[in-house]
Amino acid sequence: MTRRVAITGAGTVNALAQDVPATFDALAAGRVAIGPMDFQDIERLSIRIGAQVRDWAPEARFTRQELALYDRAVQFALEAGRQAVAQSGLILTEDETLRAGVVMGTGGGGYTTIDDAYRAVHVEGRNRVHPFTVPRLMHPAAAAHLAMRHGLKGPAFTVSTACASSNHAMGLAFQMVRSGAAPVMLTGGAEATLCFGGLKAWEGLRVMSPDGCRPFCASRNGMVQGEGAAVFVFEDWDRATRRGADILAEVTGFAMTSDASDIVLPDPDGAARAMRGALADAGQGTGAIGYINAHGTGTAANDRGEVRAIRAVFGDTPPVVSSTKSMHGHLLGAAGAVELLAVVMALRDGVIAPTAGWRQADPDCAIDMVANDARRARVDAALSNAFAFGGLNACLALRRA
Amino acid sequence: MDGAYLTASDELNSRVIAILAAQALREPSGLTAGTTLESLGIDSLGLAEIIFAIEETFDVMVPFNANDPDAETLDLSTVGSVCAAVTALVHDQKG
Repeated sequence: MTRRVAITGAGTVNALAQDVPATFDALAAGRVAIGPMDFQDIERLSIRIGAQVRDWAPEARFTRQELALYDRAVQFALEAGRQAVAQSGLILTEDETLRAGVVMGTGGGGYTTIDDAYRAVHVEGRNRVHPFTVPRLMHPAAAAHLAMRHGLKGPAFTVSTACASSNHAMGLAFQMVRSGAAPVMLTGGAEATLCFGGLKAWEGLRVMSPDGCRPFCASRNGMVQGEGAAVFVFEDWDRATRRGADILAEVTGFAMTSDASDIVLPDPDGAARAMRGALADAGQGTGAIGYINAHGTGTAANDRGEVRAIRAVFGDTPPVVSSTKSMHGHLLGAAGAVELLAVVMALRDGVIAPTAGWRQADPDCAIDMVANDARRARVDAALSNAFAFGGLNACLALRRA
Repeated sequence: MDGAYLTASDELNSRVIAILAAQALREPSGLTAGTTLESLGIDSLGLAEIIFAIEETFDVMVPFNANDPDAETLDLSTVGSVCAAVTALVHDQKG
């Protein structure tokens, strides 16, 4: 039996803010959290801007023993998960805990843990690293710690599909709740790759902007990286309504496709098939969609290709589009999760977050783009795109609750 | 070309050509100044590898952003233009 899927809780830590209400405020205000970064060896990087989480203060949130086990990405995930569960007011029966689970997305896993450990042995010549280095750096760490903390004993795993990781993760969580395999899933993404090694690896690809992220703008010159997490409670709709939960939005459809063409260059056909697939899965026509949260990285190739894909799906009257990466940066494996907040805000509050920093129209990106100032509109349904290196595409469809 | 009479510029050019030829899986002798990188089948990833090889070989920084709309200032379209660009970078950065 197919069930409906409600979002009953949301939490986040990102460069804009460290909870959902303040993140909504920042998104609605078009505030940009991109600026000079601060970490060891940054003077050896050619790109020194990013959307870094400031004033994080992990010591105030976690015990010393916990911090020995928690990479920065896990810390973000646990705080986001705490907020989401608190908002949902979730209480599970013992039987439900055996089927409830976690699916998280991450691109890099414990990247700063790896960076620190390699620096210790390769640069500083030390002969040992912290004994918990492996459980800190492993990709499934965030999912495992969320399961432990919230007593979720059903399916728990991490999806890693580069920049589409959290959309793939949330899509799988959606399918599990819809199918009845799980009554409740925590899902989203966490990423913390803003460290010397993480950025140095990206430098070589020559796709990062030295001065800002301006998706779909003629002056765009690349992506800007961010960090953080967002976690959601996906819950069986009937269960949520029975207990009188406040439903933030409904997840209605999901599709994933592969370009099967190039390891870095996107093929608009794969993106278009993902959007069509999500609409078909949701049983919604193109006319119902009032907003698309674009993948919109600010690279020449993505933005041009994404607009072509949107036009291929929606024809001459595409819905309103924006890319909030212009504000919170590109969170790689957590991008789709933080961006789903903008979708929830559009559906719930009727406020469409803008593409900040936008200057000038690009004929290759002809689209109804919300530039710089948020737009008020009643949005009944929306899509959220994520297109990863490798041509791995994941699109979610949501509806106003 | 007689190696005994290589000038500094010939030496630089032959090293650049060797990098391009290796990326294109061709013999260096088959490349001329007018050969385009596109005709050698070099795509955006190939170009990133070439820039890496140039930076490592000549110890220079190549100011190239694949997304910069003003990228025409650095012409990397032909074998000759890449040689000229590297010559200028080495001159500017290594004096």
